[in-house]
Amino acid sequence: MSDKFNGKVWVLGDDIDTDIILPTEYLALKTVDDMKPYAFSPLRPELAAKINPGDIIVAGKNFGCGSSREQAPEVVKALGIRCIIAKSYARIFFRNAINNGVLLIENDKIQDLVKEGDDIEVTVGEKISANGNDVSINSLPDNLVEILNAGGLVKAMRKRNGLD
Amino acid sequence: MGMTMAEKIIAMAAGVKETKAGDIQTVTLDYMMSNDGTTHLTIDMYNNDLKNPHINDPSKLVWIVDHNIPADSPKTAASHKKMRDFARENNIDFYEGEGVCHQVMMEKYVCPGQLIFGADSHTCAYGALGAFGTGVGCTDYLYAMVTGTSWLLVPETIRFNLHGALKEGVYARDLILTIIGKISANGANYKVMEFAGDGLKSLSVSDRISVCNLCVEAGAKTALMEVDDIAMDYLKSHGRSPKALFKSDDDAIFSEVYDIDLSEIEPIVAKPHFVDNVVPAKESLGVKIDEAFLGSCNNGRIEDLRVGAQIIKGKHVADKVRFLVVPASREIYNQAMEEGLLSIFLEAGAIVMNPNCSVCWGSCQGVIGEGETLISTGTRNFKGRAGHKDSFVYLASAATVTASAITGEITTADMLK
Repeated sequence: MSDKFNGKVWVLGDDIDTDIILPTEYLALKTVDDMKPYAFSPLRPELAAKINPGDIIVAGKNFGCGSSREQAPEVVKALGIRCIIAKSYARIFFRNAINNGVLLIENDKIQDLVKEGDDIEVTVGEKISANGNDVSINSLPDNLVEILNAGGLVKAMRKRNGLD
Repeated sequence: MGMTMAEKIIAMAAGVKETKAGDIQTVTLDYMMSNDGTTHLTIDMYNNDLKNPHINDPSKLVWIVDHNIPADSPKTAASHKKMRDFARENNIDFYEGEGVCHQVMMEKYVCPGQLIFGADSHTCAYGALGAFGTGVGCTDYLYAMVTGTSWLLVPETIRFNLHGALKEGVYARDLILTIIGKISANGANYKVMEFAGDGLKSLSVSDRISVCNLCVEAGAKTALMEVDDIAMDYLKSHGRSPKALFKSDDDAIFSEVYDIDLSEIEPIVAKPHFVDNVVPAKESLGVKIDEAFLGSCNNGRIEDLRVGAQIIKGKHVADKVRFLVVPASREIYNQAMEEGLLSIFLEAGAIVMNPNCSVCWGSCQGVIGEGETLISTGTRNFKGRAGHKDSFVYLASAATVTASAITGEITTADMLK
């Protein structure tokens, strides 16, 4: 995982729940690629088609609240979202996202400094640069960084056990 | 330094003498429950991504088909078949048609002092019997299934001291919705919600399950209740005994403490589209409904069906309103049949369904269409949760839901007297 990257921002609000990230009726679709068009559809039906790989989601508090469905972080990853920056995360989503190799950053300042469409720069574990402002961010614990860098928990375990 | 109930359960599961909030512990799990929401994904990872995989201890796995039972499409039939075949080949306890997963777990497995993973967010219900149950995704589940262990950040505990008793016509569901409204949808994020106090003895095991089950809607990692004679009687009547009996020490550290007078709780409604968007039911009166749902792991037990049946006996469901009644398990279904409750619902024009998750998760029978409104004893009212993305879900007690089914608009039971 590169330490520094740029991305275009999509802004979402507080309490983005798992039924918004991926509604129940699409959970049985055969592959996560089939689910992609429906991500965030209850809230913003147009959004999934506009998201490009490398884009960044900036959201409010309690991102990912609700069900334990792992299709939620999987679809975020399949859309190519580079990272999510939110004020806070619901705990099951937090684990599921890390386990799928989706970078999560917890920060409550950036929301006031960006608007949708802005291009921001993230230096992992250090800072976010947006519109001339720098906001410092914490690094994740080493064991979670290991999982993220491997691309998820299963891949990290394969690597640790010498299978890859 | 004293320990909380959660710290004691985790310490035991980790094989250490003591632990405190903020520690990370590797724990051995007592049970791992999974349902048809994501088990097919776990099986795919197990078969495709691991080399020579094996299950650490199949006797600790419990697989339950409840979200889409009976299958509603070739896609879900295929997913169930994958689960059924894998369970058969690997000697995993497997149920379909037996009930909603958490209710089945309460009836057949959960014991005080255990640490249980469930691939479902409402696994926190197990705290009603003093067990630490917590929801995980299918990757964490896979890791636990293969190793028998997982890691946990030891959570802080918020303590709720309950006092007195609920008034007549007010239910455990009103209590927990009130608490969620008070602390908000992420008010207990990462934390344990522990319930104690003299008020606990006024709550049945069914009430306790309702309270604990919904704590994830405040973000909680789990909910816990001290085990008393009421919990022990339930356990004995289901042929089980505790792994260990724990309660928080007097000098345990709580992140917050609330004292709640149960007699002050009133009938509550959670309005669309958040569980913490609560108002007194009296402020939502008159909202027209298209469907009412009495069921779910939160509120589909015999006590809830009795409340509904008593209200609707001799009355009828409103014109052009569907009233779904879904007992949460086969055990409950049987008992409701023996008590004559199902006849009361059927005579009143309700649709009585087999035990399943039903409209509570929006992909079983009973989903609602564009612009429709549901009043529900289910777990969530997120936008689109019960069907079409432009539909509306109000959460309320069995009494308010049944009264509303009769009038076709949000109504409290006392208004029908």
